[in-house]
Amino acid sequence: MTAAPALGRLTDDQRAIRDAVRTLARERVAPRAAEIDRSATFPEDLRALLAEQGILGLPFPERFGGLGADLLTVCLAIEALSAACATTGLILAVQELGALPLLLAGTEEQLERFVPGLAAGRDLIAFALTEADAGSDAAAIRTRAIRDGDGYVISGTKRFISHGSVAHLVIAFAVTDPEADRRRRISAFVVETDSPGFSVSRLEHKLGIRGSPTAELAFDDVRVPIANRIGAEGDGFDLAMRTLDRSRPGIAAQAVGIAQGALDAAAAYAGQRRQFGRAIGEFQLVQGLLADMDARTEAARQLLYTACDEIERGAPDAGRWSALCKLVAGDAAMAVTTDAVQVFGGYGYLDDFPVERMMRDAKITQLYEGTQQIQRLVIARALLARNA
Amino acid sequence: MRIVVLVKPVPDPGEERLGADGRLDRSVSAVINGNDEYVLEAALQLVDANGGDVTLLSMAPAGITDPIRKALAMGATRAVLVSDPALVGSCALSTAQVLAAALQTLEYDLVLVGADTSDGGGGVVGAAVATLLGHPYLSRARKIEPVEGGVRVESLSAAGHDVLEAALPAVVAGTQLLGEPRYPTLRGIMGARSKDIAIRTLAEIGLADRPVGGAHATTTLLDARPPASRGSMRVVRGVDSAAAAAAIVDFLAERRAI
Repeated sequence: MTAAPALGRLTDDQRAIRDAVRTLARERVAPRAAEIDRSATFPEDLRALLAEQGILGLPFPERFGGLGADLLTVCLAIEALSAACATTGLILAVQELGALPLLLAGTEEQLERFVPGLAAGRDLIAFALTEADAGSDAAAIRTRAIRDGDGYVISGTKRFISHGSVAHLVIAFAVTDPEADRRRRISAFVVETDSPGFSVSRLEHKLGIRGSPTAELAFDDVRVPIANRIGAEGDGFDLAMRTLDRSRPGIAAQAVGIAQGALDAAAAYAGQRRQFGRAIGEFQLVQGLLADMDARTEAARQLLYTACDEIERGAPDAGRWSALCKLVAGDAAMAVTTDAVQVFGGYGYLDDFPVERMMRDAKITQLYEGTQQIQRLVIARALLARNA
Repeated sequence: MRIVVLVKPVPDPGEERLGADGRLDRSVSAVINGNDEYVLEAALQLVDANGGDVTLLSMAPAGITDPIRKALAMGATRAVLVSDPALVGSCALSTAQVLAAALQTLEYDLVLVGADTSDGGGGVVGAAVATLLGHPYLSRARKIEPVEGGVRVESLSAAGHDVLEAALPAVVAGTQLLGEPRYPTLRGIMGARSKDIAIRTLAEIGLADRPVGGAHATTTLLDARPPASRGSMRVVRGVDSAAAAAAIVDFLAERRAI
């Protein structure tokens, strides 16, 4: 059904994992996708399924019960899930995003405390950087963490936090030194969501990824021990940026998956739907749409896979690669899903078919983990720095 | 309990096509025969609950290891694949003779086999293996449980089911009522890559000079044709079964078929 992405470059393990996740996505996730979207309810059953199958363990080291998969393998799984249901693909992407600060900078003690539950998929983790007035300008956050004895007291409000209401752990970024330079003002903390003073103050109503809860989180003097600070005081901003360098491919993978799901649906429909006495796929204008959709999807996929390889082997311009793949894949997903609705004609506008959902889901990939405009800034700065 | 599950790689259902020689083209993507996955699931549950291990036994071209690897990923311990160029075109009797000979090289208490295969469909290999080895044969199992020194099986009958017991070793043919096969976990998939698939030739199972294989087939393929085209069709899809049923009724009513 799904077109085979260039097989040659994947290892046997990667192919086997991708095929297994694809089967699970087709048989168990796809039949749930419309209802997840309609009810805007987090699919706890699919969280459990991903945990049981070991999919949520992919990004975590084997010594903590994970599978120790490389970035490309994680992205293959996100892509395969997202082709069926973008909300479900996001469960893995957000788990990786939230865990990255710990995996990148956590102490052995912190890893031992927090990672086994995450790797088993029992615990979910959210990444809380964004605030109402600090989105693209992440360094402008106002949530404070004030040192108090053997801990910190965190106060403030985070907004647009994926999985904020279902997570057991939240990585909260907060200002520890308001006087410091922009890049040194912020620190990162692990907050357990059963901590006194932590609450979910609002859930957003969204255009797409409707089953994925996007929460506003209130920190009302939440006390965390020093042992929950990740890295040194002031390391938070750099840690957030390093995290996003590695997590954006996950969103690119979600985008490629959504695009592939829409392309598959449109190609199947073009073969079945008959007008003027023939399948609409026999008309060249429809063929042109399908061909462009395939070209865009495959181009985005190949860039994503290359970016994963580059980032995994420690390329100095990892940020550029991650921005490139998110930019191209997000735009591809938006264009391809829009064209998929076009192939379906009026039927594509109805929720009887999956493509309108995919079109709504695609939009978020141009917005989160840095808007497309921010991706361009990241890319351009890398280019200019190279020539400085 | 040491269980051997007979598994057969078959062309992915729906993807089957005939080769130039009129035989099924086995170069298309192969999967484990659907019914075999159900008995494998039953075998895995038996050893999960009672200890032991599961060996897969198959007869197939040596290149077709992917589906066997997937069955290992579900949790089987090891696999034995009998593969020999002389086996191309084997009839059901030859297949049973080969599997019976291979079983004699293995240690086992119980042999499980799917009711039939999606490609051949004869449904006789399990019974023939039991006959050749002189083992009890219990068919159409919907439940399999160990008892002291034997196995107890609920076997579908026209009136419901019979409860049968037999001493071990025995051969049991299962149905899909045994329960849905599990999905291999990713850990299982990665672990399966290092599990052993032992490839055995006819000589290695003691059949080097015996009349088995394509040259000795007891049945001869004279002709093979694809099914007649079903003409134009419309597939009604939807998770809402009531709406799907209504669409079918409308379709039939429009054509005055009802």
